[in-house]
Amino acid sequence: MAEYQNIFTRVQVIAPAYPGVSLPGAGDREREGKPAHVHWIGRFGDAQIGPIYLGWFGLASLLCGFIAIEIIGLNMLASVNWNPIEFVRQLPWLALEPPPAALGLSLFPPLNEGGWWLMAGFFLTMAILLWWVRTYRRARALGMGTHVAWAFAAAIWLYLVLGFIRPLLMGSWGEAVPFGIFPHLDWTAAFSIRYGNLFYNPFHMLSIVFLYGSTLLFAMHAGTILAVSRFGGEREIEQIVDRGTASERAALFWRWTMGFNATMESIHRWAWWFAVLTAITGGIGILLTGTVVDNWYLWAVKHYVAPGYPPVYESVIDPAALPAGK
Amino acid sequence: MSMLSFERRYRVKGGTLIGGDLFDFWVGPFYVGFFGVTTLFFSVVGTLLIVWGASQGPTWNLWQINIAPPNLEYGLGMAPLMAGGLWQLITICAIGAFVSWALREVEICRKLGIGYHVPFAFSIAILAYVTLVVVRPVLMGAWGHGFPYGIMSHLDWVSNVGYQYLHFHYNPAHMLAVTFFFTTTLALSLHGALVLSAVNPKKGEIVKSAEHENTFFRDTIGYSIGTLGIHRLGLFLALSAGFWSAVCIVISGPFWTRGWPEWWSWWLNLPIWS
Repeated sequence: MAEYQNIFTRVQVIAPAYPGVSLPGAGDREREGKPAHVHWIGRFGDAQIGPIYLGWFGLASLLCGFIAIEIIGLNMLASVNWNPIEFVRQLPWLALEPPPAALGLSLFPPLNEGGWWLMAGFFLTMAILLWWVRTYRRARALGMGTHVAWAFAAAIWLYLVLGFIRPLLMGSWGEAVPFGIFPHLDWTAAFSIRYGNLFYNPFHMLSIVFLYGSTLLFAMHAGTILAVSRFGGEREIEQIVDRGTASERAALFWRWTMGFNATMESIHRWAWWFAVLTAITGGIGILLTGTVVDNWYLWAVKHYVAPGYPPVYESVIDPAALPAGK
Repeated sequence: MSMLSFERRYRVKGGTLIGGDLFDFWVGPFYVGFFGVTTLFFSVVGTLLIVWGASQGPTWNLWQINIAPPNLEYGLGMAPLMAGGLWQLITICAIGAFVSWALREVEICRKLGIGYHVPFAFSIAILAYVTLVVVRPVLMGAWGHGFPYGIMSHLDWVSNVGYQYLHFHYNPAHMLAVTFFFTTTLALSLHGALVLSAVNPKKGEIVKSAEHENTFFRDTIGYSIGTLGIHRLGLFLALSAGFWSAVCIVISGPFWTRGWPEWWSWWLNLPIWS
């Protein structure tokens, strides 16, 4: 048990920085930054930091992200009367809220009634979309597949459902998530209660299954690769195209444990799908909430998923259900 | 045969922790070993107890089958079979099966001459389960604080226990756990995608190398953790998710009994603000 389990790198090779695979494309720019080596990062991962490729899309994305964070931060600072100490003190509670429901989908609400929120959301969305273009183009420039970009697109789907698509369908920006640490948690809890507890939403169930499943898969996969790293198992690409004893032992471990094994390539397909489906199913679950289903508990009772619980309190009439004028 | 083409030469004797050669054999693709026998025993008994418990309950609806822990009045004692005793027996079987499975993984690791990372990782999941159904109930003085075994019933339990503390998202350990779950999933998608994008390149291109993987990440975000590092990171993130999940529930009740939003008042009241 006391043998070496390869959790940290014990001996680091000092070598010149690797500039990266050369970019053959005519439109490609130079990479930026002089690479640095950090010993303590090298204990755990690769010691080299940089260089980075800063194309126009990257610059534009960073600029949009900076503007979004500035709008959010300055609004929060304004909300504590420009007091920097109170800003730090209350930061977890501070918010930049979307427009009130009464303003509907107005594109130019007053700045203090969601206008800033709309602007911050626009720039944040631009930053994210431009960054997506970057992940696509950087992969293509190296002649690689675009799997990272499409996985990122799944996360963008969930983000757009929460802040854009569902508010559009509901007819009000007020349906969207506020910016802020505790405020977005409050939104989540209120959203769940408003629609009859999201635990009864089958797509929420699926999303949680894939979230936990992804964590389980990564623990299984990372554990397996580290366990066979003494046979060079972390060189996954070589193992995929030319199977070695590391792959064989990794496969047999799971075959003998649970009667089934992935291959060195297919485990990454399992990984990709589990992670991607977390965001896709989550987005579907949010999109259906309030637009198609108003109360997930009642939905679940209707479809024989949840039992009908005995009423604990006297029934209360929903004021919204009363005829007008009463 | 159910053997892979290369499998025969790996099927060697030895590496067992208990029982010597007695259970050192395979059934189909499965390795048995002493802990295979105990896994089978506990899982069969536990499953049959669940099925029997369901047969005594009001429904065969898979979503609604529920085997509840004892009422709080039984404290930490044994409860009658139909009033939570079944839940207690099933819990014993579950822990027996999980621990047996982990030890069987250890035996397989020894047989294959590989590291113990997977059984160690699994032991964190077992820790989280034991925290929920043993440690926290013991600290709170009643088995009734364990969660019920059933699909919808365990969701209701999570919901109800969460609202007992007003708003569970404010639990700092819960924040950490959720962050680790999300980060693990993000890292998994990036790792899976990166490997797939290297071995499934643009049409007409040859398969790419780890140098391309590193270059892609350095080009995009300025850093690539490397082929070994990503698995260290992934294991750390995943295990942290499980560990902080266990912490977030064990502190709720035994160490903090009020609403979690209120817990944060220490921050607002720090002497540094005045």
